[in-house]
Amino acid sequence: MAKDCIGEPMIHIRDLSVGFTGRSGRTLPVLRNINLDVRPGESVGLVGESGSGKSTLALAAMGYLKRGLRVIGGNARFSGQDMFALSRQELEQVRGGRLALIPQNSGQSLTPTLKIGAQLAEALRLHSALAEAEHPDRVIRLLEQVRLPDPATIIHRYPHELSGGQQQRVAIAMALAGEPEALLLDEPTTGLDVTTQAHILELLRDLARETGMAMVYVSHDLGAIARVCDRVAVMYAGEIVLEGSARQVLMDPLHPYARGLLASIPKLSDARLPMALDGRPPAPGGAGDGCAFVDRCGLASDICRTMRPALDIVKGDSHVRCHHHDKTSSLPSHAAVDVSPRSVNEDVTLLHLTDLSISYAKSNLLDQILKRPGNAVRTVDGINIRLAKGETLGLVGESGSGKSTILKAVAGLLPPAGGAITLAGDGVLPALVDNRRPDQLRRVQLIFQNPDESLNPRQTIAEILAQPLKLYFGLSGEALQLRTEELLDKVRLGAHYMDRLPSQLSGGEKQRVAVARAFAAEPELVLCDEVTSALDVSVQAAVLGLLDELRRMQDTAYIFVSHDLAVVRALSDRVAVLYQGRLCEIGPAASVYAAPAHPYTEVLLGAVLEPDPDWRPTLTAEDMVELSPPAKGCPFQRRCPRKLGAICDTDMPPWRERENGHVSRCHISVDDG
Amino acid sequence: MAVSSTNARPSAAARFTSVLADIASRPSGAIGLSLVLFHLFLALFGPFLVPFDYKAVDANLMLQGPSGAHWFGTDHLGRDTFSRTLLGGREAILVTGIATPLAVIWGGFIGIFFGLVGGRIDEVLMRVVDAFLSLPWILKMLVLIVTFGTGIEVLIPTLAFFYGIPVIRIARAATHDVVARDFVQAARARGHGRMTIIRRELLPNVRDALLVEGAMRWSWMLLAFSSLSFLGFGVSPPTPDWGLMIADARGFMSFAPSGVLAPVVGLSSLIIGINLTADALAKALGIDRAQKAPV
Repeated sequence: MAKDCIGEPMIHIRDLSVGFTGRSGRTLPVLRNINLDVRPGESVGLVGESGSGKSTLALAAMGYLKRGLRVIGGNARFSGQDMFALSRQELEQVRGGRLALIPQNSGQSLTPTLKIGAQLAEALRLHSALAEAEHPDRVIRLLEQVRLPDPATIIHRYPHELSGGQQQRVAIAMALAGEPEALLLDEPTTGLDVTTQAHILELLRDLARETGMAMVYVSHDLGAIARVCDRVAVMYAGEIVLEGSARQVLMDPLHPYARGLLASIPKLSDARLPMALDGRPPAPGGAGDGCAFVDRCGLASDICRTMRPALDIVKGDSHVRCHHHDKTSSLPSHAAVDVSPRSVNEDVTLLHLTDLSISYAKSNLLDQILKRPGNAVRTVDGINIRLAKGETLGLVGESGSGKSTILKAVAGLLPPAGGAITLAGDGVLPALVDNRRPDQLRRVQLIFQNPDESLNPRQTIAEILAQPLKLYFGLSGEALQLRTEELLDKVRLGAHYMDRLPSQLSGGEKQRVAVARAFAAEPELVLCDEVTSALDVSVQAAVLGLLDELRRMQDTAYIFVSHDLAVVRALSDRVAVLYQGRLCEIGPAASVYAAPAHPYTEVLLGAVLEPDPDWRPTLTAEDMVELSPPAKGCPFQRRCPRKLGAICDTDMPPWRERENGHVSRCHISVDDG
Repeated sequence: MAVSSTNARPSAAARFTSVLADIASRPSGAIGLSLVLFHLFLALFGPFLVPFDYKAVDANLMLQGPSGAHWFGTDHLGRDTFSRTLLGGREAILVTGIATPLAVIWGGFIGIFFGLVGGRIDEVLMRVVDAFLSLPWILKMLVLIVTFGTGIEVLIPTLAFFYGIPVIRIARAATHDVVARDFVQAARARGHGRMTIIRRELLPNVRDALLVEGAMRWSWMLLAFSSLSFLGFGVSPPTPDWGLMIADARGFMSFAPSGVLAPVVGLSSLIIGINLTADALAKALGIDRAQKAPV
């Protein structure tokens, strides 16, 4: 069937506009005049900031709209059928069968009480013509197709017994059950570890090649898009502003927005800060008559304000919606903010973690009565880190590596099982917040990952910022007001933000408030827990720039935790690599990134994706997830691609120094490396 | 605080009016709210509206049916049922109107506090709460009332105490949702005291759940108060009260049904009104009671 229409678009969207009715009774568009074709065997990426309408578009291709949305104009066809004209029964035939969706959190979209085999069999019963008797075989073959090891045992497992990557593979297998002609993927690897993400992307590439499926790949991650997509459509404020081959869009984007987006991505190869794309996209219906991007554009002229640019065809197969697309080449494509180097006085110690260990395992009642320590393996163990005054230490590792746990222990939110946290001038800090003096607390501040969670939704910005000011400095009245304004100014938010609630701010603005709150205490050490992970890339660059500016002004030290190695590179003086709560490698950032000494660091760096169609990740280790570290020997022994032998299983490797302070813990000697 | 509180005040007032408008815009909310307001109006101005003295006994007018003079007839002592029904909610609304906020405040505080503290004390407390809730409420209340008497000064604390216990549960559950969020962690990491965390971080986020719970408790408490009156432990005669009126008139129900019907309509319309309002309030505040376990 698919062979008959080769060359003809399988997904054919023409002039589609989708919107909802706002409070004022006006119709507010979420998608505006979308044209998109996806041909059999082709994979098209949809990128854009959050709220750009990329997921809405992908779902509209299935004939599905979220509640409240309706089609204003145009249509979406799938192999000739108008998806919005189909009856419910016809839609059920198409969806899941010929057109399948893989959602973002597939771990949560699997039924927790059904075994994997049963879930796949159900998908087959609904979406394939196969006889019931052949289902068990087909289930096994589907699991083999998504490269799951040992399918015969996996079918008897429940979803919670699988790792996030394995769950995602099962979700892909379910989508493949109906032998779909097209696959819609909505941020399928967001939330997965870098190594797992890289493996899933390779699988998707292979599947597309093997089956000839068409794919629509929605993601905010240009690196992932570069790896799997032939063509890319960049979305902004509900419009496609640029569409073309992946190479054209990623290497020489003709739209200023796409250029800005690419410039704001931190690069592994570049230690400098990326350039921020400031501002925020217009709200639905707020784009006015002109170009939606006009307020953030470096090329904006009068015509951009009055006339909406048409989608022009340029350079063969590229479409661009810009009045000035011939001038975009003058904008920098990868700009990094050049900043003067900072000098860190290595000799002045601020924080010293000595033999820090943390255990989540609760000792049982008998152990408590006998006052003997439990014998569980510690979640985090043997952490020795010295942080100089004003220094930034990057802490990297996969989820479950104990990065955040260490931060929580330093902040006093988790009691360590052993070891000491020493703050210069204050000696050994008491384990828990309740026992620390206000002055000790003031010196160490914490910034959280998601500002939606870390700012109280019921407090105004002024109230939020007043809390540390009142607590640590006893400010009130006029002085409090002045200091609050000063803080808002420092994070580039005006005094008019004071009376707003967090829900009235954009993600980036919220995170600025969270940063301002931490700096209100005039801290010497700020613990940053994945502070840019919940933000769009363009906003991420702005927050990184802000953090850099503040540390220069106040000589603040950071411990910067992130799973994104390029982000860590942009900010850190030194980098520590954690695996299963154990340090693998620590050293100056330049040295660690240029010449990783530990196999785990190599694995991590190899899996990083760059927004470059020619970039190939190097995948060496299995992407399995370990639930607890081995009781003895090297913590990385089970996954290590360069394992030497029995010595790795029995002996903890010694610390070896490579060069000025760059040390790693591996049995492979530095010279052999 | 001066700065921020003046800033926050207009937004709080605006929120109150918007929630009220939201309630009134829903059919159930509009009906419920007008029923409740109607009863509150009667409770306040009833004494000026009644056509007859509620305690005027007339042996010639015993157990009459509805007539032009006595719209709902008369009771076994010849008193005007209409006048007594109009006034019959005053005592109940007064007692429960004081006891409900008391119950929400003490139950809410205990619930929030132990929700924040957590740990073993919290576990033990919740088992005590379970034990209390497993006993029939009327037994517990009768024990206290028989011991201490039946005046308002006993009824209010008794009702407030027993109806505060289920509030503990709701407040604790709502607090658990909030405590896990990062802004509470942030406040702890800054070193704020427990009371500051409760006041600034938790209370504003738990308040909505408590408001809805309070509205629900109010209707349950009205029912409890009327039941006590029915059993003779609530209001003492001749004060008119729905529960007491039902108790007095039920013997004559077969030939003078209006004597029972009138107070029943009075009591149930108020309770239905409160329930409808509470439902609309929950929806307006974005709390779905259907998803919270009823206690």
